Parts: sequence; C-alpha cells; structure tokens
Amino acid sequence: MKTIEVKICLGTSCYIMGSSYLQELADIMPSKFSGRVNIIGHNCLGQCMSQGEKSNPPYVQIDDEILDGATIEKVLEYIEKKL
Amino acid sequence: MSVKQSIYLKKEVLIRIIRAFFSGDFLKNIRLIPFDMRPRGMEVSYRCCIYKERAVLRERIIAGLGFAIEDDDEAEDLSDYAKKALSRVKPSAKPLTIAATACKGCVKNRVYVTDICQGCVARMCGQVCKFGAVNFINGKSVIDAAKCKNCKMCVAVCPYKAIAQTIVPCEEACPVDAIKKNEAGFAQIDYERCILCGKCIAGCPFGAVHEKSWLIDVLKHFNSGLTEKDGVANGKNIIALIAPSIAGQFPGNIYQLKSAIIQTGFSDVYEVACGADITIKNEAVEFDERMEKGAPFMTTSCCAGYKQFAGKHLPEIAKFMSHTQTPLYYIAQKVKEAHPDAITVFISPCAAKKIEAFYNANVDYVINYEELGALFIAKNIEILNCKETKYDVESSKQGRNFAVSSGVAAAVASLAKTPIKPYIINGLNRETINSLKKAAKEQKIDGNLVEVMCCENGCIGGNAAICAPKVAQKAIKALVEISQDIKDDTGSGI
Ligand code: FES
Repeated sequence: MKTIEVKICLGTSCYIMGSSYLQELADIMPSKFSGRVNIIGHNCLGQCMSQGEKSNPPYVQIDDEILDGATIEKVLEYIEKKL
Repeated sequence: MSVKQSIYLKKEVLIRIIRAFFSGDFLKNIRLIPFDMRPRGMEVSYRCCIYKERAVLRERIIAGLGFAIEDDDEAEDLSDYAKKALSRVKPSAKPLTIAATACKGCVKNRVYVTDICQGCVARMCGQVCKFGAVNFINGKSVIDAAKCKNCKMCVAVCPYKAIAQTIVPCEEACPVDAIKKNEAGFAQIDYERCILCGKCIAGCPFGAVHEKSWLIDVLKHFNSGLTEKDGVANGKNIIALIAPSIAGQFPGNIYQLKSAIIQTGFSDVYEVACGADITIKNEAVEFDERMEKGAPFMTTSCCAGYKQFAGKHLPEIAKFMSHTQTPLYYIAQKVKEAHPDAITVFISPCAAKKIEAFYNANVDYVINYEELGALFIAKNIEILNCKETKYDVESSKQGRNFAVSSGVAAAVASLAKTPIKPYIINGLNRETINSLKKAAKEQKIDGNLVEVMCCENGCIGGNAAICAPKVAQKAIKALVEISQDIKDDTGSGI
C-alpha cells in the first residue's frame, strides 16, 4: 500500500507563521489514513529564503510537492486527494 | 486549530516594520509597507478594495510603532510616526489600541428574530420580555432595537429557536466587560475596568485589537545604522529576560534560543525562571506564616492580569493575596544590580506584563513572543542551526514549570512546611471570577493555596503565544525533566 510522507517545516519562519500548530496533525489524523501517512518535523525546507518577498510560510512538503500557506485543513485535503 | 489569518497578518506587518528599521532608510521604507504588501493590481484578499486594505495595514503599522490608532488623524505620514517612535522616551501605560477600519466589520451585539419564526399562538417571546421590546407585525414577532436590552429571555423561550443573537467576539472574550462597541459601532476599551489580559486581542476575528508595540523602543538600542542624531542610543548593553512560558514557543531548545536572541542584537539572556526560584522560596515562607496565623487561604500574586483584576474589581481579595514579588521583579532586580547600565527587556507571553513593567523601574521594556518571532524572521535567524549556549545560572525544575496552570502551586508546595491543598483558577472567566468573589466574601474556599492564572492553561495560553498549549506543555515538560530540584542555594550567583 502506498504511504505518503508529510514533512512539516519547523524552521524559524514557518514555525512562527503557523507550523507550530501543524504539529497537532499527527494527533488528529483521521483513522482512514492511519498507517498510510508518515508525518515528520523538518528543519527549514529552504523555501522561506528562495521565495524571498513572495514567501508564504508555513511550508509542508508532501512527498516531493511543496504546499505553501499550509493549514491543517489544506494538508488533510491534499492527503485525501493523494490517497 | 491553525493560526488565524488576522494574527498572521499582524506578524507580517511586524516583520516588515523591523526590516524597514534595519534597512538603512527607516523613514522611507516604513511609509512604503502598505504599498509593498498590497501593490497595485494585486487581488484584494479580505476587504472591499485595495485602498481599504492599505488603510487597515497603515493602522496596524501605527500600533506596531507603539501608538494609539484612536488618536490617528489619517493625515499624518507613517514616517512621522516612525520619527516620533524613535524619539519616544517612555511607552504608553495603556497597552492596547483598536483599529477602527478593521473593527467596523462587525455589528453591534443585538437580538433579532429570524425568518424561522412561525408566528405561533403562544407568543412566549412577547410574554417574557420585561422591556416591551417584542412587537408582532403580520403575526410574527419583531424586536424593537431601541427597547431591547439584550437580556436574551426571548431567545431562551422560543420553541422554534427562531430568535438569534449576534455576538461581538471581543465583548464575549472579555471577562470583565471592559470592551464595548460604542454608538458609532467601534469597540472601545474602558481602562478603568480593563485588566489587560489580552483576551480581546485573541478573540477579535478581524484582528482589530492590537498591542501598542514597544519594539522600536527596544530596537533603537541595537546597532542599526541609525545614530544619536536619529534619537537612538547605540552600543547599549541590552539584556533579554525570557519568561518561563517561552519553551516550545520557538523551534529548538532554550539553549539554542539564547544564541538566537543574542544573534538578533541582545547582549545577554536570563531566564525569568531564575526569578521564579526566588518567588517560590519567599512565597513558601509567606504561606507558612499566614497559615500559622490562621489565615483561611492565600492566593498567588505572580499573574499581572490577576493583580489588575484584584485592584480594579475585587479589592476585598487583597488581604489574601501573597505579598511576594513576581519572578520578573526578582530577576530584573538582580540583573540591574549586576549591570546598572543595562537595558532590560522582558520577553512576554501577554499584554498584562507591560503594566507591571511600566511601574517597575528595573524593567525597561517588554516585547512579546510574536514580536520576538518577527525579529528572528526579519533577521533570517534559523534557531535550529544555532549552537546551544548555557545560562550563567540554571533555573530549577519548579521555576521552569511556573508558566503552566497548577505549576506555581506545585512549586510552593515543594518548599512549604504546611501541607498544601491547592485550589487552581485556570483562567479568569465569569465563572471563576464568581468563585473568587465568593471566597473573598465568605473568607473561605476549598483549598488553602489559591493559584490564579488569568489565562487558560497558564501563561502558555497568553495572547501572544505562538503555539498551541499542548505543544508548549510538552516542551516545558521536557525541559523540567532535565532540570534540578529547587534547593536552598538555587539561583545564588545571579
Ligand atoms: S522555515 Fe520553512 S522553509 Fe524556511
């Protein structure tokens, strides 16, 4: 069965702009996803610097795609779509 | 729970203010922020048009520079505000301000009949209304706003639940009725009643309530390229005093955080938890003394919001409140003794501490977690990459656990000789306020040590918290586990 890797950026910029709240994701993962989603906290994903003025933290990397302005709802929706 | 967009925006504004400050042309760049954030042609995110959005941003910047938005005449240029901020000697004692343009978004609290009304025969709504505010037009009820007093009796009795009440979130959030929409529809703070708990800041969905930031007052002591000519005093020794609730508010541990704070421009960092160790010792002694003298109970006194509450709403509780000083008081005193020329900056979870600092000559300024966070981002500091720096004096387990609800009571219990039965007030709200009032009146409560924390979950629930209380609790627990128990010589050598 396919599993998805969700990297929550815990770099300074992302953390302060909202990824601190995304840490709850693991606790509220719906049971239908259980065992299929691997959530990990990660150092700065590099987006905050490379996007410069346009940067829109917090960032979450789902497999190899980057999600900006991430919220719990957005991440869950994304996982739903992928699975 | 995700971070609210309104809070996100406030942080974005703070980051821009700090970047402008260090840009080499503060006065010009501060003026451009609304245009940089909402450039021509940009899709409008929240409001009717780009001009309104810029107007709201301008107001947020005024608060970020430390001024009252209420006093703004709209003609004053942001660069003039910036100039005034640079030459300001002491920030204001009224720490909150409300952005009128943002506040206008919500309507006054009122009760009204929805079209679910069936025009029933019982007409209970009309019967229960003591003010004659319910009329019947075409068989259906209609509320006369001029007479309605918002008592909500009709809401309760309607069998169809057809009567609704719009609420004003800031008024709902305030535990002491200190914020109200005025006739013109703008919320106003009554400082005679306000206890500065900051619950309205978090409660307003439009993000209209702001702290008047003391950031510029702090930054002007940093090396910034600005000179004495601009009203700044460079090269000062600036010492950050970090509140015990800080663990978990930022990535990394508190040792990495120390390095990160120093990288922003501070010269040194002390844990206020060291001050908490002194508070614990004194409070335990005071508790034993009071119990020996037969006092029914004692309340803690470290929460600035609770102190404001007691002073403004429940003076009868004063005689039960401990006279021991706060952790911030003790650490600031020690730091100023050791470094008389230093500027001390308390890094705070909440707005209420500003008032404590305002009246304590040893605490020069206060900035909150959001403001420190904005400073890290503006200066591109990656905390997780910072090395760990030890503190000159390590705080105890008990001191580091001070910021969590029931942590203060547990700390005092660890040193007091009298057995402690704690009564925990985990957040001031209408209900807990009533139990305090009752305790003051009847001179008894179900416990001998009453720990009062104005915010739910303790200081980690403060208005400027960056993470959810659960995350903060976990981080504090981890730190407490590696810390030493409080001993007689804990904290010596500060
Ligand atoms: S902090 Fe998240 S991308 Fe840099």
